[in-house]
Amino acid sequence: MDLEEAKEFKDRCSQCAAVSWGLTDEGKYYCTSCHNVTERSREVINTEAIPNTKIQAINRGLKRKRKLEKGWDWYVCEGFQHILYQQAKALQTLGVGPELKNEVLHNFWKRYLQKSKQAYCKNPVYTSRRKTTVLEDNPSHSDWDSEPELLSDLSCPSFVESGAESQPDVHTQKPFPIIKASQSETASVCSGSLDGVEYSLRKEKGIVKMTVPRTLAFCYLSLLWQRETLTLADLLRFVEEEHIPYINAFQHFPEEMKLYGRDKGIFAIESWPNYEDIYKKIIEVATFLDLPRFPDITEDCYLHPNILCMKYLMEVNLPDEMHDLTCHVVKVTGMGEVDFLTFDPIAKKGKTVKYDVQAVAVIVVVLKLLFLLDDNLEWSLSNIAEKYNEKNEEDKPWFDFRKWYQVMKTAVDEKKQKWEEARAKYLWKSEKPLYHSAIDRSVVYKRREMVVSLQKQFSTLVGSTPTVEKQSPSSFQFSWTEEGSDRTCFHGHSLQGVLKQKGQSLMTKNSLYWLSTQKFCKSYCKHVTTYEESNFSLSYQFILNLFSFLLRIKTSLLHEEVSLIEKRLFKAKYSTTKKKSSRSRKARKC
Amino acid sequence: MSDFSEELIRPTTEDEQGEPRAPSGTGMCFPWLQKHIETIATGGKQEKDFAQTTSACLSLIQEALLKHQWQRAAEYMHSYFQILEDSDSNKRQIAPEIIWRLGSEILYYHPKSSVETFNTFADRMKNIGVMNYLKISLQHALYLLHHGMLEDANRNLSQAETWRYGEKSSSQEVLINLIQAYKGLLQYYIWSKKKMELSQLDEDDYAYNTASQNMLNHSWKTSINLCALIQIPGVWDPFVKSYVEMLEFYGDQDGAREVLTNYAYDEKFPSNPNAHIYLYNFLKREKAPREKLISVLKILYQIVPSHKLMLEFHRLLRKSENEEHHKLGLEVLFGVLDFAGCTKNITAWKYLAKYLRQTLMGSHLAWVQEEWNSRKNWWPSFHFSYFLAKSDWKEDKALACEKALVAGLLLGKGCRYFRNISKQDHQVLKKKIKQMKKSVKKYSIVNPGL
Repeated sequence: MDLEEAKEFKDRCSQCAAVSWGLTDEGKYYCTSCHNVTERSREVINTEAIPNTKIQAINRGLKRKRKLEKGWDWYVCEGFQHILYQQAKALQTLGVGPELKNEVLHNFWKRYLQKSKQAYCKNPVYTSRRKTTVLEDNPSHSDWDSEPELLSDLSCPSFVESGAESQPDVHTQKPFPIIKASQSETASVCSGSLDGVEYSLRKEKGIVKMTVPRTLAFCYLSLLWQRETLTLADLLRFVEEEHIPYINAFQHFPEEMKLYGRDKGIFAIESWPNYEDIYKKIIEVATFLDLPRFPDITEDCYLHPNILCMKYLMEVNLPDEMHDLTCHVVKVTGMGEVDFLTFDPIAKKGKTVKYDVQAVAVIVVVLKLLFLLDDNLEWSLSNIAEKYNEKNEEDKPWFDFRKWYQVMKTAVDEKKQKWEEARAKYLWKSEKPLYHSAIDRSVVYKRREMVVSLQKQFSTLVGSTPTVEKQSPSSFQFSWTEEGSDRTCFHGHSLQGVLKQKGQSLMTKNSLYWLSTQKFCKSYCKHVTTYEESNFSLSYQFILNLFSFLLRIKTSLLHEEVSLIEKRLFKAKYSTTKKKSSRSRKARKC
Repeated sequence: MSDFSEELIRPTTEDEQGEPRAPSGTGMCFPWLQKHIETIATGGKQEKDFAQTTSACLSLIQEALLKHQWQRAAEYMHSYFQILEDSDSNKRQIAPEIIWRLGSEILYYHPKSSVETFNTFADRMKNIGVMNYLKISLQHALYLLHHGMLEDANRNLSQAETWRYGEKSSSQEVLINLIQAYKGLLQYYIWSKKKMELSQLDEDDYAYNTASQNMLNHSWKTSINLCALIQIPGVWDPFVKSYVEMLEFYGDQDGAREVLTNYAYDEKFPSNPNAHIYLYNFLKREKAPREKLISVLKILYQIVPSHKLMLEFHRLLRKSENEEHHKLGLEVLFGVLDFAGCTKNITAWKYLAKYLRQTLMGSHLAWVQEEWNSRKNWWPSFHFSYFLAKSDWKEDKALACEKALVAGLLLGKGCRYFRNISKQDHQVLKKKIKQMKKSVKKYSIVNPGL
């Protein structure tokens, strides 16, 4: 924006009649007040004034070309590598073990580069244009016994932190050698990265192209491999709460890695990750990488339904005693078995357990077993519990569904409102704006400047307190430890009111049950069921909404999972009575 | 200014049950179909969270404004500015106007805001996009006027006046005229202040000449600024009024008349009672013939039959030689008293009482009956109820007497209002009441004998 040089141009702007010119990077004049770009470029105007301007103009033109934002030569995959590195580091600060970053994710990424023929192979995609030294004789000392062909080469330490060096210099630590190409000059016209244009045009069949959402798939796969105490819903929530870099992750690229043009389409993201979408991508990536069976999910793993159920029971303030019931359901349905739980991309095509959704669905099923949730029985059971509690104040109180509902309703509404407000206030745009082309650039920067100054002005009106204080990351969203007046903690309450002794075992007093879905769709759409809210009882709706808010998923997804568990639980019912049995009688031992 | 089409298109992602709802009545469900339809509605693209949160932000601002929570509104506004960087160019283009409207509203009321903050905001917003420059300039000037900063407002308008952008669209042209006219109005204000000063000076005073010269300058500039706008159809009352005042002051009666006649009679202009009032007042000042005045007021009578000028109109009609006018005179009085706001207007009642008697004396019973026919089933309870007789007497005895006479003439001496008033015993009004009784007996349209 050479305002100085533009002073010689005195014509009025054809659009707004102002005389206020700037020079674009191409040497054309643009109006600083209305951003109209003229057809006239600098050299043409001055020809009359100074005789030897032509030479000058050429000089200038060349000089200007060089002034185009020019940083290091870098490839798109390096950008993603950087994002992955940032994310892994963030996960590490969240308490995940260092092996995740240094070994697992690193290996997954190398495997990806190899599979997508970007590096570690005999014929990388780039060699078609440039000569590259291919790493042919790599000492294969893999950490994985099952995967000896996976390369873990020492020349790629970008994931491994080396001592004092905390910020890796991506430029010098490339996963594959880059020849300073002569055509980089032309290539950089449309993108800051060397292969941005090419990359966005690349459409090979069978290749899973890297995108920003897929970085999360990589993160989750490595978390799963390590059997870390982090579910997918947690991961995505941490992304939304900005504990893990995702939106505008490119902001943290080194200063010299310039992004513009096509890079914008590749790295700019304007949505938060969506559970179902990322879930699909996880399977996609795992299949593409041809990963072997993951480490077993056993009963002592966090992701085992028994442990997750405990966690979610605590989260939603339900009595600990319910855990016995959830364990029982898990056992009956066979969902706690290692083979069922362990992810095996090759054997089980296109499927993995949604651990968090499944655990929550088990709780919903248990609630249905205990309280039926038909907008009737749960309330009459509450009346009984209330009366009992009034009479026996010293005893362990019976769980009162109504009271619990009231406490949870206010808590969740409050939380939801805060969440919605925080979302509405979210600032999406990065401090360094991305632009499409050089002409575009000054306008984009000016717009950015304008927004910043407007924000600055209004921030003085906001008041002293910062708008949203960043929450510290926690896998719990509610805490029920303190005994407040309206925030009763139900963890210690007993289920005596809803269970009865029969011989040596306990049975639920309620002997009825209704199925969330009576028929499973067998057509090609694979859709288990549609969730039409109004068809269900209000209590059921409330519970689904509560849990799906906790996991930030669609209610229908949870409903689907509940139906699937019921299908396993009442297998017999489904196969024998395909009639109109809306309520199957059911008595279960506990 | 929420975009309704967008609201319609947006799938119900806000609430948690984002699952597409297929009509379940027939027992068939095609969830994929619904999804398909939705993606078509959004142009094949899924709506991004950016779009979703910014529109949520907009509605939160609107809600806060509605509840006068200026600070809260400012907080959300802080986030809403990013819409200016929306990748959707359509949204980006309409954004400045939305931001200007919301932002100026916030800054107008916010306790921490000041004229300076408003000025910086306005200046910034003027230069985002081009289409809003004039509108914002004008509103900015009005804000300054509201804060008594005439000079700043004037400077602002001058700046806006000289602004041009390519081919002016027709809407922009009106805006330019409006800006010029407001500038003219400001100059008129200065001019009329000078006129005041001048009127306090002695004509022989040395200062007089310069002052009048000064005034002349101003009026010349003003007339240029004003006359462009008032050619365009519209309601321009304050502009027309000041323009005419200046023309008149400098003796350009023809010019003034032309402006006012055009303003009142040009069919392209929207119907505007004030236009006729201005013209009437002007003609009155000019001492125009009665016929002419009557013709102007006739139109006003058709638009606003309850206007206070109608009594003046009645007087004019009464004085006229034309028989038709006499009849119209009666009609006008009845018309005025049809309106609830005029029921206590003593002059109107006095005129009616007097004129009724006069008309009946002149044996134009038919005229009276014609007017009375349409009113006889609602006037008695509207004007002449027993309750009103009592309260009128209590509040205003003279009014009660006039009304009683009218009641007696129209309803006969048996009517309650008349009876109630005539029964009253009052020292001063004794004579009047007696006279009233006599008139009623003689002229009432209801003859008890028959």
